[in-house]
Amino acid sequence: MSSKNSDETLSGNRNPRITWEGCSVLLDINDGDRVLFSRLNGGAKIKIGNKNCSLQPLIGCPFGSSFQVDVGEDGPFLSRVGPASEGNNLGEKMDCEVMEECRDNRALVDNNTAQTLTGEDIDEMRRKGVTGDEIVEALIANSATFDKKTAFSQEKYRIKKQKKYAPRILVRRPFARSICEAYFKKQGEKIGFLRVDTLSLLLSFANVTSHSDVLVLDMLDGLITGAVAERLGGMGYVCNTYCGMTPYPINIVRMFNFSNETCKKIVHASLSELQPSSRSENSTSIDQIEDDSDIGKVQNKEMSSPSTIDLVSNIESGKSIKAGDKAPLDAINSWKENGFSSLIIAAPDLDAWSIAKELVPLLSYSAPFVIYHQYLQPLATCMHNLQTEKMAISLQISESWLREYQVLPSRTHPHMQMSSSGGYLLTGIRITASEKSPA
Amino acid sequence: MLPIDPTKKLSFNRRIADGDLVIVYERYDTMKPIKVSEKGVLQNRFAPTPELWTLVLSHRTQILYIADISFVVMYLELVPGCVVLESGTGSGSLTTSLARAVAPTGHVHTFDFHEQRAASAREDFERTGLSSLVTVGVRDIQGEGFPDQLLGQADSVFLDLPQPWLAIPSAAKMLQQDGVLCSFSPCIEQVQKSCEALKLYFTDIRTFEVLLQTYEVREGNFGSWQDSDGASSFLKGCKKRQRNNLEASGTQTVIARRNGETRGHTGYLTFARLNCSM
Repeated sequence: MSSKNSDETLSGNRNPRITWEGCSVLLDINDGDRVLFSRLNGGAKIKIGNKNCSLQPLIGCPFGSSFQVDVGEDGPFLSRVGPASEGNNLGEKMDCEVMEECRDNRALVDNNTAQTLTGEDIDEMRRKGVTGDEIVEALIANSATFDKKTAFSQEKYRIKKQKKYAPRILVRRPFARSICEAYFKKQGEKIGFLRVDTLSLLLSFANVTSHSDVLVLDMLDGLITGAVAERLGGMGYVCNTYCGMTPYPINIVRMFNFSNETCKKIVHASLSELQPSSRSENSTSIDQIEDDSDIGKVQNKEMSSPSTIDLVSNIESGKSIKAGDKAPLDAINSWKENGFSSLIIAAPDLDAWSIAKELVPLLSYSAPFVIYHQYLQPLATCMHNLQTEKMAISLQISESWLREYQVLPSRTHPHMQMSSSGGYLLTGIRITASEKSPA
Repeated sequence: MLPIDPTKKLSFNRRIADGDLVIVYERYDTMKPIKVSEKGVLQNRFAPTPELWTLVLSHRTQILYIADISFVVMYLELVPGCVVLESGTGSGSLTTSLARAVAPTGHVHTFDFHEQRAASAREDFERTGLSSLVTVGVRDIQGEGFPDQLLGQADSVFLDLPQPWLAIPSAAKMLQQDGVLCSFSPCIEQVQKSCEALKLYFTDIRTFEVLLQTYEVREGNFGSWQDSDGASSFLKGCKKRQRNNLEASGTQTVIARRNGETRGHTGYLTFARLNCSM
């Protein structure tokens, strides 16, 4: 039961399936047409069409609730509605009609005369307070061609008009899944074009689970850090490492509704702090990394500058709990002594091999690592080097392929558009260098 | 397999102990699970992970592989503490990953109507140290539905059944509000019927296919065209000299290409979210 969900019990008796004041929510507008994250503060607002609505009515509702815009005396407001029924009607209607569909589009001519309601008519109706659903009905009644359409395109027409005149807002819990999907769709460059199926593979390959100590180099604005922390459930650590002075920004972490327990386990430590003291002065390679990281730092600034993007509305508020403190000394010492239990690298602008060379040795023997990149070549080179240096075994480069389907009676087929690149993963297992296997 | 017991956690100083389960890596394509005993002498031993376990477990049924497994765990929104129901258990390939996701405070209730298969799965979970996280029940979920004592308890439900639509009404009753269901079916006709049944109780119904492609990487050595000599470079006789020539002048680069043979289909994954009642 959810009351047993470790995270939430630690932070009080709050039901994680009901929204609360100050929580982060994912708002899905019109079935995925627009997705945005918001924090349910007193003053939080959402703009739908040309109307500004307060998000206040969302507080205290179960996640999964739907809302629509109604117009009251004090202007537009959000009111809760039952689960969308149109989709279900579609199914039933299709069942009986689809088999013997005899209508087709031979008589439809695109001359813009089919609809007799004008824009002014609709504005007039709106002024009189006619609801969105009623406008949709009126549009259908006044369409000369509606009856001639196939049942399927009638439904398409209805949905299209409903989205425009009676938009639906669905409240979702923000999870790594939905956060990654939303970013990939709207701002792929921010998360290095890491697609959700690749992210899920990455977490599996890295064996992320409660009580693990995961070392990450996350230059995807905290997406990896957040996804790992979600799987740790407040037990174990996710440690962000960096070169130089400034840790990478992890803004996306704030979109998860993490408990204080979980936030405490999101920490950072610089490479030199994590490396055994004897090693920190020797190699030239470290300097090299430092050089490279200048690029990263420039980008750090870029990334951490206040974002005015659609995806994050109202998230900036200082009220949210703080994640990403400095790693406690005893944790660092324990990692130095025992090694990390997994390693994840996602650094789109740095050379994969120069990072792997430094970070793979910080892993326990037999511990897995995963390196993400949106391009294949840097991983191929890195894999070749790891092989030649005999640092790892079970090395593999993989790419995930994901296709979504439309499933409807007699009309099932893959979606017409799909993402053709979700990035590449180089995976492997660290081995001990000392013992050579007897021939 | 999971780091719940702190004394068994991986560390630089951790040595393989008597009674440990390890995965033995012989070649890139041969691995097997071994219970370590005093007399064992082997190199390349690994601490098991669900991924390695999937590669070495004994197949009692067709199993799910890592691409599907990872996607299911992500889309079911599993986090530590969740309760998840699964039917059927099969060879326990997915079960192991479900357990990893909900550990240490959550639980996996998995059901199979095949008594012997359930018993073998139980033994496996004992061996991999997951028995405290997984309960294996013998039950025909399609015929009887999930047991009543789990009513409204599940955060997520996973179905891998020949006729999933028969189990969907019961699955809907087990789920908490806004909970997620996944049904895995190899055939599109099964998907079609399941989606029909899902519409009654669920929203956000989405069907996916996910596949994994792997790459082979090697060092390539490409000579320049100008240094080559037409057809003669293909002649066996002078091949060696030719190649020496090319190596001297050619460029060494690491090259990658997709592996030739790959899985073309595993199954369709249909996800749906329980309707939120007013």
